[in-house]
Amino acid sequence: MQDARTLNRRSLMHLLAATAAVGILYPSPATAQRGPLVTRPIPSSGEMLPVVGLGSWITFNVGDDEEARDACAAVMQAFFQAGGRMIDSSPMYGSAQEVIGYGLGKLGTPPALFATDKVWISSGARGPEQIEESRRLWGVPRFDLLQVHNLLSWQEHLKTLFAMKADGRLRYVGITTSEGRRHREFAQIMRGQPLDFVQVTYNILDREVEDRILPLARDRGMGVIVNRPFRQGALTRRMERHPLPPWAAEIQCSTWAQFLLKFIVSHPAVTCAIPATTNINHVRENMDAAHGPLPDEAMRRRMVAYVEDL
Amino acid sequence: MSEWWTYTPSDFLLFSPRTYYRLIELYNAAIWPGQLVALVAGLAILVLVRRAGPSSGRIVAAILAAGWLWVAWGYLFTRYATINWAASYVAAAFAIETLLLAVAGVIAGKLTFHGGGRWVGLGLFLFALFIQPLIGPLSGRAWSRAELFGVMPDPTVVATLGVLLAADRVRWELLAVPLLWCLFSGATLWTMEAPDAWVMPLAAGLTVAELARRRF
Ligand SMILES: NC(=O)c1ccc[n+]([C@@H]2O[C@H](COP(=O)([O-])OP(=O)(O)OC[C@H]3O[C@@H](n4cnc5c(N)ncnc54)[C@H](OP(=O)(O)O)[C@@H]3O)[C@@H](O)[C@H]2O)c1
Repeated sequence: MQDARTLNRRSLMHLLAATAAVGILYPSPATAQRGPLVTRPIPSSGEMLPVVGLGSWITFNVGDDEEARDACAAVMQAFFQAGGRMIDSSPMYGSAQEVIGYGLGKLGTPPALFATDKVWISSGARGPEQIEESRRLWGVPRFDLLQVHNLLSWQEHLKTLFAMKADGRLRYVGITTSEGRRHREFAQIMRGQPLDFVQVTYNILDREVEDRILPLARDRGMGVIVNRPFRQGALTRRMERHPLPPWAAEIQCSTWAQFLLKFIVSHPAVTCAIPATTNINHVRENMDAAHGPLPDEAMRRRMVAYVEDL
Repeated sequence: MSEWWTYTPSDFLLFSPRTYYRLIELYNAAIWPGQLVALVAGLAILVLVRRAGPSSGRIVAAILAAGWLWVAWGYLFTRYATINWAASYVAAAFAIETLLLAVAGVIAGKLTFHGGGRWVGLGLFLFALFIQPLIGPLSGRAWSRAELFGVMPDPTVVATLGVLLAADRVRWELLAVPLLWCLFSGATLWTMEAPDAWVMPLAAGLTVAELARRRF
């Protein structure tokens, strides 16, 4: 598979120019064959979001490395071109926010962008300062969604975020956790606070959220963002050693990544999954999972059984 | 964080191995031929430790302090911190070690060498200067990513441990930062699944074992 970073700068510039000429966000003929982009409404507003977004942990933390920054910009370009909207980051992710800002600057900040970031600082009083710094790094006028990262000082930060939303400086408010941490407290906050989004880990092998968090999100009318869809790549690497079952074609899956993503986004409570990647082919492949039929309940059970048997 | 036990070092690894080694490569290219200056400085330390003169301890301490200061600023603060926010705190620790070397070694002259240095210390120093830089390339990384004394933290720290063990008296105040770095570096490389993650913890273990042997 061609790796984004093996492209030299000139070919990258050609690629960017060519794709810009085609026009960001206009469906390509290939898209037409695969059916429309599958989207889900944000429960609190009805605004539609594609079921696949883009994460940035590790993958976009490339520091000042220009070649790598350009490769990240190319991934973002391919993402937007495939109809993607949500990019998720955090002040915890090293230079990722700055690299996103670099990419957006290069692409002219596509209007479809759904800018999703987090606040991650133990001092509640310093939250607004951190949010402003994040906004500056992204180079956007405001964030669409801000989440309290890993529930750190959530009482104070939620006050700030709800006040920003009331002032029109923020559109949506959420909280995040990952790998099953603090689910009891997470659920309590979901019951007590008018959140628009929650972000949790969910994938074909880590299904703990099916018991409590996902049903609760549905009851409370909250959108669900799914992190670590591939267990940070460990799942795709493990699955790629095995053949894809022939019936995966029934839900238009030609790769394991698509199989894993379709499993996640077919859960009725899930709004979108946010796989991270450094690779243009992978981002296209992931966005492809937001097309065509999704598995029904019976097929979902079959998918779990197949993967657990491997 | 009440759920601290659910975190592993890999939860704090914010970058990919590829980004990490690209960083080293770009840094090496940017400071070339600074590596040669560092190598000459390393050789000077070797000579000064072996043929101890009246002020050789102060000069050795000054060279080491310069190395630590450069690594703190030139690598940790201005480069590594771009992909790892923890590196700015580590840079501060390296600056403290610089200060300690300057005060104890250069000003107070407490770092002295007689009798050609003790062999474990000299061995560690030689390892840091000549062998450690080869480990990366031998484990399959490009030469442009080699880590050298006075340029990168790992060999600078091992060389310092070597000098401290070669000295007449153990300067405990100078050992804390290098030993802590060995653990930090080992943990980082281990989570990156680097084949040479064992080097720094081993250097720390050897140092502690040698110090224990001298005490008992
Ligand atoms: N507590 C929190 O708030 C929290 C915690 C964790 C994650 N998150 C968010 O969730 C996002 C996603 O989670 P994650 O980054 O941990 O891991 P992930 O998305 O599960 O996995 C990312 C890895 O999968 C590989 N990959 C992506 N697409 C692929 C494809 N089509 N085929 C094969 N491999 C593929 C990537 O490698 P390549 O680069 O080679 O494609 C990358 O190494 C994060 O980036 C972050 O935004 C939030």
